[in-house]
Amino acid sequence: MLVAGIDIGSITTEALLFDKEKGIVGYTIMQTGADSKKTAEMALKEVLAYPGKSASDISYIVSTGCGRKRATFAKESVTEITCIAKGVNYLFPDARTIIDIGGQDTKVIRVDKRGRVIEFEMNDKCAAGTGRFVEVMAKALNVELDKIGEISLQHKKELTISSICTVFAESEVISLVSEGEELEDILYGIHKAIADRTLGLINRLGGVEEQVIMAGGVAKNIGVVKALEKALDSSIKIHVEPQIVGALGAAILSLEKAA
Amino acid sequence: MSNDYTEMWSSLGLNLQAHQGLLGVLSDAYQNIYLSQQGRPEGIKYFDFVISEVHGQRIVEIVKKKMEGKPIIGTFCVYVPEELILAVDGVAVGLCAGADVGTDEAEKYLPRTTCALIKAFMGFKLAGLCPYVESTDLIVGETTCDGKKKAYEILNEVTGKVYVMELPNMKNDESKILWKKEVRKFARKLSEITGIEITLERLKEASSIVNAKRKALQRLSALRSHDPAPISGLDALLINQVSFYDDPVRFTSQVNGLCDELEKRAKAGTGVAPKGTPRVLISGSPMAIPNWKLHAVVEGSGAVVVGEESCVGERNFSTLFDRSFSSVDETIDAIADRYMTINCACFTPNNERLGDIKSMIEKLHAHGLIHYALQFCTPYMVEAYRVRQAINGGRFPFLGIETDYSMEDMGQLKTRIEAFVEMIKEGPHS
Repeated sequence: MLVAGIDIGSITTEALLFDKEKGIVGYTIMQTGADSKKTAEMALKEVLAYPGKSASDISYIVSTGCGRKRATFAKESVTEITCIAKGVNYLFPDARTIIDIGGQDTKVIRVDKRGRVIEFEMNDKCAAGTGRFVEVMAKALNVELDKIGEISLQHKKELTISSICTVFAESEVISLVSEGEELEDILYGIHKAIADRTLGLINRLGGVEEQVIMAGGVAKNIGVVKALEKALDSSIKIHVEPQIVGALGAAILSLEKAA
Repeated sequence: MSNDYTEMWSSLGLNLQAHQGLLGVLSDAYQNIYLSQQGRPEGIKYFDFVISEVHGQRIVEIVKKKMEGKPIIGTFCVYVPEELILAVDGVAVGLCAGADVGTDEAEKYLPRTTCALIKAFMGFKLAGLCPYVESTDLIVGETTCDGKKKAYEILNEVTGKVYVMELPNMKNDESKILWKKEVRKFARKLSEITGIEITLERLKEASSIVNAKRKALQRLSALRSHDPAPISGLDALLINQVSFYDDPVRFTSQVNGLCDELEKRAKAGTGVAPKGTPRVLISGSPMAIPNWKLHAVVEGSGAVVVGEESCVGERNFSTLFDRSFSSVDETIDAIADRYMTINCACFTPNNERLGDIKSMIEKLHAHGLIHYALQFCTPYMVEAYRVRQAINGGRFPFLGIETDYSMEDMGQLKTRIEAFVEMIKEGPHS
């Protein structure tokens, strides 16, 4: 049986095909853009193209992400919190704490051994310390997004960015540049600021229980991961493609619902 | 609204154009949130009518009383003894504080980091949008939180009719003595402005009116323990909100009539949502009319709200005052004692509130608790921690929300609440 999950996030959209026997068949990641409904349809079309399947081969589709209600072809929409928990549980059955930093949200989720949510925290309307924050900083520093993690690991100083508000942090970063601070040190400061903000959410849940898993686009930034590991004094596991975890969870839920 | 009230609003000094706009927004919101609900009881129609006339017919009644020389007493808090107001033939009305209006005006006087409720009561007054506040002879404030306390000073500068009761912040004997003095002083104030002496007979009659109202609200609360829930949380919240505006005798009879219907529904197993629907208890800051935001999101996410541990809710009616005394002083002291049983987060310590929440979870068969704090409402924001510890310690489903009256966090709020409902549906974790 073939099912699909689709995760329509604020920055990226992921579609994933899942076979009951074979597991993950394929996935695709694309920019959400302005028309999330159209993007969702395109993502589904693309993920079906490689194995040469059509929409009629899919038994069930669950949509998730902040644009979950926009995927009109999905049979059901489920929040990314439930889906991420399911997806992580499939990949890491021993996971007990999940830190997901996406385009505009940060979520910390405590899960049980069956991947059920015990408790969670999520940032409010402010997108400080999320993927969008990282994007704005990379742009202000004129560095490619996928390079900033590695660069920050070369830091020599423990530079502090005092503001976590995207707007204020941007001007703070610009003044650090004009003061002659090194790029790697500034990036380190940015990652440390994100880790501190995330720690605030984690503390509201009374700390982490191992294993700790990180998901979402920001998990691809090794600088943030290292900063979080240091702040938590705990090692963090990450799937090779942390952005698809929500779509994977949606697909697993599809499988459960189709049965 | 069926009649033209322009003349009345104009004579009350309302900003007619802005007021018309507000009524339009309110009516649309009511249509979308309330009238679109499925399976509502028949008896709710009265409350729909009250809302449609909340700035119309009810104000006509109040203005009429005022013309007859009866005092109109505006309040913001469940600690203000309604019995005493009724004992001098007065009308007690809750003042407008539940919508994001007049914010620009309010922020000329108040910091941006003030809770939405305080900003709203200043905003309503300053923008000329609340016919209730304009009708009042006296506005009674109370020292429940720092924000309100300081805002009352400014509100008094603007209106010249604010009277503040000093509510103690502890529940010990010394505090109770202070509060008794405050309640007696308030009684004297009411006698002074009306020329009416508060007699035992008057107190008895007033107490029995207020008591009957509280009993009716208790009955409604108890009926919400049925599964399926015979009434939506939104409708029950509305009734609790209306309890601060409506004529108490008429209100009581309407609530009792509705409860008769709900009893039949409960017996027949009829509800607003299928049996087994996730049941949520909401606890925290008050929700003044038309603040329906949280209930609308929760019930739009496939759950039903079964209770409010709130001043607009259980705290308003959970204790009765039904003993009789032989003297006026004795009665007023006992009334003061009754009000000291309300467990607001402005008290320290406030362990009784934790007990109230636990008992409501049990009685109403709630599956989860959403703690609701208005942003910058420090007492509830801070007490959320102790609530989570008391009911949960990681076991009972708990979600802490901090929000205001704006709609800008709707996306995140919906995600969090839907996820919470999904979590409840999955059942107890292993």
